Amino acid sequence: MLARRPFFWIITAVLAVFAILPVLGNNVELRESLIIAALYITLASNLNLMLGYAGYINFGSIVFFGLGGYVCVWLVSAYAWPLYAAIPAAGICVSALALLFGLGILRLRGAFFALATIGVNEGVQAFVENFSPWGGSSGIYLSPIIFKPFGGPAQGLWVIYFSMVAVMGLSLYLSYAIKVSKFGLGLLAIGQNEDAAAILGVPTPLYKALVYSVSAFLPAIVGGLYFLKSSFIQPADAFDLTLSTEVIVIAMLGGQGTVTGVALGAYLYEELRGFLLTSETFSHFQLVVAGVLLLVIVLFFPSGMMGFVYRQFPRTQKVLE
Amino acid sequence: MKPFCALLAVATMIVTPAFAADTSSITIGFTASRTGPLNVDSTGQERGFEFWRDEVNSKGGIQVGDKRYQVKFASYDDQSVGGRVQQLYTRLVNQDKADFLFSPYSSGLTAAAAVISEQYGKIMIDSGGAEEKPFQLGSKHLFMVITSAGHYLSGAIAALKEKNPHAKIAMVYSDDPFSKTVLAAAKEQAKEAGLEVVMDESYAPSTTDFGPIVNKIISSNADAFMGGGHYSDGATLARQMYDQKANLKWISILVAPADDKFSELGAAALGVTVPSQWEPQVNYKPQFGPTTEEFAKAFEAKLHQKADYHVASGYTAGVVLQHAIEKAGSLDTEKVAKALDQTDVTTFFGHIKFAADPKHHGLQVAHEMVLAQWQKANGEVARQVVWPTSAKSADLIYPINAGH
Amino acid sequence: MLGIFASIIDGVLVGLVYGLAAMGLTLIWGVMDVINLTHGAMLVAGMLVLYLLTAALGLSPYATLVPALIGGFIVGLLLYWIAIHRLVGRPPLMSLLSTFSVNLVLIGIGTAMLGTAPFNVPVSVPGISMGRYTFPGPHILAAVLAAVIAFLLYLFLHYTRLGKAIRAVANNREAAELVAIPTTRVLAISVGIGVSLAAVSGVLIGTLFPFTVLSGDSYQLKGFIVTVLGGLGNPVGALMGGIALGLLEGVVAPFVPVSWTLVIEFSLFVVVLIAFPGGVFAPRRGAL
Repeated sequence: MLARRPFFWIITAVLAVFAILPVLGNNVELRESLIIAALYITLASNLNLMLGYAGYINFGSIVFFGLGGYVCVWLVSAYAWPLYAAIPAAGICVSALALLFGLGILRLRGAFFALATIGVNEGVQAFVENFSPWGGSSGIYLSPIIFKPFGGPAQGLWVIYFSMVAVMGLSLYLSYAIKVSKFGLGLLAIGQNEDAAAILGVPTPLYKALVYSVSAFLPAIVGGLYFLKSSFIQPADAFDLTLSTEVIVIAMLGGQGTVTGVALGAYLYEELRGFLLTSETFSHFQLVVAGVLLLVIVLFFPSGMMGFVYRQFPRTQKVLE
Repeated sequence: MKPFCALLAVATMIVTPAFAADTSSITIGFTASRTGPLNVDSTGQERGFEFWRDEVNSKGGIQVGDKRYQVKFASYDDQSVGGRVQQLYTRLVNQDKADFLFSPYSSGLTAAAAVISEQYGKIMIDSGGAEEKPFQLGSKHLFMVITSAGHYLSGAIAALKEKNPHAKIAMVYSDDPFSKTVLAAAKEQAKEAGLEVVMDESYAPSTTDFGPIVNKIISSNADAFMGGGHYSDGATLARQMYDQKANLKWISILVAPADDKFSELGAAALGVTVPSQWEPQVNYKPQFGPTTEEFAKAFEAKLHQKADYHVASGYTAGVVLQHAIEKAGSLDTEKVAKALDQTDVTTFFGHIKFAADPKHHGLQVAHEMVLAQWQKANGEVARQVVWPTSAKSADLIYPINAGH
Repeated sequence: MLGIFASIIDGVLVGLVYGLAAMGLTLIWGVMDVINLTHGAMLVAGMLVLYLLTAALGLSPYATLVPALIGGFIVGLLLYWIAIHRLVGRPPLMSLLSTFSVNLVLIGIGTAMLGTAPFNVPVSVPGISMGRYTFPGPHILAAVLAAVIAFLLYLFLHYTRLGKAIRAVANNREAAELVAIPTTRVLAISVGIGVSLAAVSGVLIGTLFPFTVLSGDSYQLKGFIVTVLGGLGNPVGALMGGIALGLLEGVVAPFVPVSWTLVIEFSLFVVVLIAFPGGVFAPRRGAL
């Protein structure tokens, strides 16, 4: 049924571009830039399930990414699991854990929920820093041997890239599928007015716990892939709150609640950040530029880029979700 | 500082065209923590890199066979964040076409960068990360010019043992890979020396208030302290031990007291010892590169500040690379790596030689550290080399007094 | 035994300062449902006022409290008009993000201009010794000042016209408007007071420890915990919450490795948040 809609094919086309472009001319530099874009798109799309659909601000969404990375790297380094088994295992473990966390903190609303998610992230980071099986604060190093099944790191990095693009694709399809489903309608209702939604028969606690758990699955997998690529994981990188907030900025920039906007926002943000980080003039003031940009969006364009597009070209609303 | 850098840039721009006509260049890539918590120490290292580049270029460049190459840098700000490091080093290798790499500052960031250097088969000279772990994973292109973390405090322990064979040591250190490795090794060495470790604890690197920790040190009846981490936490610890009159006879703090800024602490700095990779007072007879005196004088003349060990180790990264390239007579990675494997040379920084066995390949095996102590002489507070005794510039003060 | 006693006193001293550091945060939060994420940066601004005025003009450290108080108030008014005014009454995400972005700008300017190296302001106030343990003078003074400021704020909120107006707006903005309270002006003044409290506590913290441009973050996080313990907008609650946190840090330290303190703090934070969404020391939500 999804395959009949044009948006499904738009996503597929984007995936094809991601998969083919860097292969032409073996462009490693482009691959590295796209891999970060794919990471941002995955994280932002899944955050969007909570933020854009259900209206819950998850300030600590990065905890899924970090835990996924840890579970995966640990299974590979300590038990020599093959990569294809360790990665889904990370996703499943973290999703289950999220369901557990969710039952607790989803009783909170608004800013209190946002603060609790920060607390969960910081608490988990502090715990991992003391958890010796995971190397404490020194983290875990992987030997380049893990890429041997693929024929060395050079090929291994390509395999990881294609896997990350695939996960990005899954995130977009998932966002879209949820949005047009009954589950998605229920979430949007919760986002509008939770009490009213409950009265109208939406099983709010169940839906909230489910979406929290679902929004953990793909970020955990992408965390696994990312840290296999890095071959090195430590708490400060895995649970970096800055990345969490960047992802919120991305969702706002593109337009929360939309699939296209969030993906576009992620891509543009990566381009912008790459420019700021490497430009002579701006590298000292990148935080200032990012801050001013975000402030302008929040104050004057709260519905993001897609909000603007929808207003200017109302017909796009039918095609671009 | 900024206008001065700009001036320097303009100056090099005016000077370089003279050579540009008939010389080629070598590109060396690195990231520096120009922002973020590692900024102080990282800036020292970067000054060292830059000073080396300017010196080499002003002498005509690096000699490869019968050709001379000017040194060019490609560098970015890694914001002290590991995730950025890998992205930027990938960019340095692929986009900026760096021929060789220098390490970022700190063990954590160096470990992250080392992965990229190995994935793309580029030589990386490490002057900023002392932890051994990245060298035990079978990398072939990573070379450490500084003494590794396991030996940081061996001098301090030997010196303390001589002054007080029954000393009770409190070890309190930042929860980061470098400090943990240093103190884990120090604990073993203390046991071997027959010293008692009465407290062994780490704290989060973001800790700002050490009050409860200092109380715990007092309760442990320790008379010696060893620990710390990087600049901010080390300086805060020193001040709070002084403010709370922890009554210690010996204090060794990692990294922080090696920076001249540490003197801002005033009386709290007095008597504090620091393991140092290099001090201006040491006097090795270099076979290659400048002497200590030449280096220290030229640096002070140019940048109007004293060189500390981060500057010296950064400079040494360049000297060692230059030595290997000139010896290999080629820019080919494998040939230069082979020359580095065979390096056995004394510079103003000390003796440099790398481990060759595959389990520790590239680890520094010859360079030795000194122990420096903040002392007051002629009304001026300054660091003096106090250990080993053969290299000392002043006598070790024990027990330290003042408020400690 | 003496060790534990010393830890308790130390915990209370530090806790009072934590309480003061959180007071500005909790005031703004309580009055207009805005979590001011520039709070950490404002604390740092206070520390920098201390450093610059003592180093450049040779002022006594405690004399810088006055310029910090006034400067903080003015900066707070600016902050209100730039980042908060348009977003009052909108979903909390919006003001969370707008203050977050102002924070990015401030931290960005700070690190670009001053770097992230620590600054140290030496303060000599004689301390009190108890056996082998010493309570440094600046600590005692900072704790006393924190308590005095909290008390003054309490008096202000309960016994002045403006203070009562602030409480009225916090309880019910529409109703306050109906009885002719100029709510916009009251909101702006509340942000001014909140920021000036942040700057003042920044000065006091600066007399205790060396600090960097990034030091504000950890106090902001602790501020969240204090707020959750002490309840929204309640200065006395914040002080109690601060003491509870300080005691936890001081009393836990002798028994478990220090590095576990953070784990305990954040677990406690999440659990308390779920169990008492209104704060442990607050009778009911919004009770200023």
